[in-house]
Amino acid sequence: MMMDFTQYIAAAPEMTLLVLICVVLVADLFFEDERRILTYWMALASLGITLWVLLATTPSARMEVFSGSYVSDSLSQVLKLAVTGFVAVAFIYARDYLRANDLHKGEFYTLGLFGLLGMMIMASANSLLTMYLGLETLALSQYALVAFDRNNETSAESAMKYFVLGAIASGALLYGISWVYGVTGSIQFDQIATALLKDPAINSMPLWFGVAFIVVGIAFKFGAVPFHMWLPDVYHGARSPVTLYVASAPKIAAFALTIRILVDALGDLHDVWSGMIMVIAVLSLLLGNIVAIAQTNIKRMLAYSTIAHVGFILLAVFTGTEEGYAAGLFYTLTYVVAAAGAFGMVILLSRRGFEAESLRDFKGLNARSPWFALMMMFLMMSMAGIPPFIGFFGKLNAISAVLGGGYTGLAVLMMLASVPGLYYYLKVVWYMYFEEPEDLAVLQANTDTRLVMSLNGVAVLALGIVPGWLWALCLTVLGGQ
Amino acid sequence: MVDNLLSILIWLPVAGGVVLLAMGDDNDAASARANAMRWTALAVSVLTFVLSIGLYTGFDNNTAAMQFVERAPWIDAIDVWYYLGVDGFSAPLILLTTFITPLVVIAGWDVIKTRPAQYFAAFLILEGLMNGVFAALDGLLFYVFWEAMLVPMFLIIGVWGGKRRVYATLKFFLYTFLGSVLMLVAFIYLYRLTGSFDMAGWMEVPVGLTAQKLIFIAFLLAFAIKVPMWPVHTWLPDAHVEAPTGGSVILAAILLKMGGYGFVRFSLPMVPDGSRYFAGMMIALSLIAVVYIGFVALMQRDMKKLIAYSSIAHMGFVTLGFFIVWHMFGESGAVLGVSGGMVQMVSHGLISGAMFLCVGVLYDRVHSRKIADYGGVANTMPVFAAFMVLFAMANAGLPGTSGFVGEFMVIIASFKANPWFAFFAAMTLVLGAAYTLWMIKRVVYGEVANDHVAALEDLNRREFVVLGILAFAVLLVGLWPAPLIDMMEVTIQHLVEQAGQTKY
Repeated sequence: MMMDFTQYIAAAPEMTLLVLICVVLVADLFFEDERRILTYWMALASLGITLWVLLATTPSARMEVFSGSYVSDSLSQVLKLAVTGFVAVAFIYARDYLRANDLHKGEFYTLGLFGLLGMMIMASANSLLTMYLGLETLALSQYALVAFDRNNETSAESAMKYFVLGAIASGALLYGISWVYGVTGSIQFDQIATALLKDPAINSMPLWFGVAFIVVGIAFKFGAVPFHMWLPDVYHGARSPVTLYVASAPKIAAFALTIRILVDALGDLHDVWSGMIMVIAVLSLLLGNIVAIAQTNIKRMLAYSTIAHVGFILLAVFTGTEEGYAAGLFYTLTYVVAAAGAFGMVILLSRRGFEAESLRDFKGLNARSPWFALMMMFLMMSMAGIPPFIGFFGKLNAISAVLGGGYTGLAVLMMLASVPGLYYYLKVVWYMYFEEPEDLAVLQANTDTRLVMSLNGVAVLALGIVPGWLWALCLTVLGGQ
Repeated sequence: MVDNLLSILIWLPVAGGVVLLAMGDDNDAASARANAMRWTALAVSVLTFVLSIGLYTGFDNNTAAMQFVERAPWIDAIDVWYYLGVDGFSAPLILLTTFITPLVVIAGWDVIKTRPAQYFAAFLILEGLMNGVFAALDGLLFYVFWEAMLVPMFLIIGVWGGKRRVYATLKFFLYTFLGSVLMLVAFIYLYRLTGSFDMAGWMEVPVGLTAQKLIFIAFLLAFAIKVPMWPVHTWLPDAHVEAPTGGSVILAAILLKMGGYGFVRFSLPMVPDGSRYFAGMMIALSLIAVVYIGFVALMQRDMKKLIAYSSIAHMGFVTLGFFIVWHMFGESGAVLGVSGGMVQMVSHGLISGAMFLCVGVLYDRVHSRKIADYGGVANTMPVFAAFMVLFAMANAGLPGTSGFVGEFMVIIASFKANPWFAFFAAMTLVLGAAYTLWMIKRVVYGEVANDHVAALEDLNRREFVVLGILAFAVLLVGLWPAPLIDMMEVTIQHLVEQAGQTKY
């Protein structure tokens, strides 16, 4: 039998990345500590090459390869480009911080790259097992990343918590997968969908039982209530660059997990899972927005705000319409831009031995640096959904999709829930603009951190002024399946 | 006639604000750089005003159609357009905005010592966004301007405000945001109905009666909070008291008008049946505002609070004028009521702005807004006293000032609708005179009350110019309101037709 090389093209970016990770891993062993910067550049170069390969292998149509367990389509392409980009952003933000805190180790980059590999596999998974493999690759890298500062007790504690809860969630997911496999006789997404179509009789209790466990796994990965407990502790306990990493790209991967399993495979079971998703989403929306008000630590506050935003994403998915899925993707992508910027700001304000993670550390930022105060205001207003920032359009599309599904009450609830949300974002602006600084130290961040921070802040405004192309893109990749 | 005049009126001030921000602040308020900033701010705002005169000269009074229209695609995927235009409702309000902003810039000239560049930039950006609110003909574009405007105002109150500024500004932002979130849901509902955000389409599309009622309530919450109507007015006294003088002026003169503008642009033409259904309630709320808030104003000890409550009472006239339309269909009374409301909006913009500036003049010298801290100001500041008495008379609705025209038109119209409406509305003539003149009596006249008052110096040239221009405008509208009314006439007739139709 002839080897079919075309199928390797579909997975070329992942294979390239894997080879490059190995190179970085080995090369890093031979770098002296003072030349650790080379690892950073190599990691960035790997990301650049991966991006190039990704773009060069853009599929013209949906391609299923490796006996149907792997898929390459426009959705996977968009998701992979996004995760690669955000991992690069996370690395650029991280460098100065890690050097200043004597944490500049090669492991940060290699683990980050391994996580990226997992995310890319998730984006392209077409079978439950491929998905699970990608998920675990990502999760294991993240557990290790959170514990990265091993002498720090908080980090170790939160990593432990993350690991134990994450293992339980993975177990739940795997358990659900086994039931779905048992009932439908397949692990491949399209075959599961076909099986459901052919034999409506299997759409019964055993399958629903499995679906419930899968939903638990998804909710955990997103950090949705009631599976959100790990999220504030991990965000708080991890060092800020790790928090940034965990808070950005993996959310996009979690979205891939949701769409691939719930829509590609179990799309016909919308009636079964939509109720669960709705309850989870509404609870996340309310709990996230309300508990965030009480936080004094900005990382915890942003963690709860993430939970609230996840509510929005899941409600968009809940509608079960192509428009809803596109709105979910749009919301995820745009939220991650703002989240990366917000954690980036924490990194920017930190310096050797000082973590600017309390809300008080933002006091009087306008007096210390008007430009970065403005950027932070952009980011906060974007998260609060104030136009013309991009977060507003995320909300708009999500609510429009929910309203289009006929759920007027939910749409009203989503809007009302964003009012307490506005309060804690305004609190940051209040501290920055209305208070006098307590900390008069000059900002010590390097030029590249400043540059990427500025680009990030301007991006939420610029995207808000021209949001059309991104929305059109989301509609295309999720409408044309 | 410039082709894209409206765009210029929106983006020129915004660009000016960005330039000021880029110039950065100078901690020394007297330095050459700080001076350059002030002059830049003034130049931009005056230039905007001069350009906006083109809106008046080029305006065609004989059509209700949109004029100075600009249309370009913005977000194709959801059919959102960058669609601007003005008619008889929005053109006067844009002129009011561009007229008030330079005065605010002058009023803040050397009063603002901390971060003047950011202060002036906030006002310029705010001006552009406010012009955008009035000019937008695309629902989403309108919403973007409507919400974006809150951010500079939030900063103006919070950074340069008084002692309880944080409380006041958070209340302002959250209150108005709460109002507008449901409006967004209504917008999206209409968008899904018509497939576009075009406001003209929303006015034509048939909507079921229940949906109309719900949409009306969603709109009502947004606009009633902005106006503000009783009982959702409580943010206004706080915001006014804590805001810096310039902030109070813009708040009273223009931001409140957006609520009234919303009613005539959205509620009445888009959901006429829903509006008619709730008209009785709206009239009742308006009359409560006029009478009850009038009494509340009487009891105030703080000058800014008094003017704030007087604003609420006067805005009650605006909503009264709009919602008596259904009581007299096909009669000239309907047009009269709406015209009265519109004239009242413009006039109140001038008068309340002037009143806040007068309080600002006193506050800059004595640093107190308490009525009890003054007395006999006329002895030491005769010129200022003359101005303040003029504006107070206008506030009380003295014939010959702009305050009279609008109120009188609304009272006549409401008499045609129902004499009892007129009875309660006319109580404002008594109450308005009572609270305004009693304040004047206690602040301006009498013996010199204390050393602070004795040490007062009269208006400087800058203050004189600002108050003089406003006094001129108040008298002009009062003595010769015809140009203003002519500008709105045809548009209002069109609106009355729209409000009279049944569209379910």
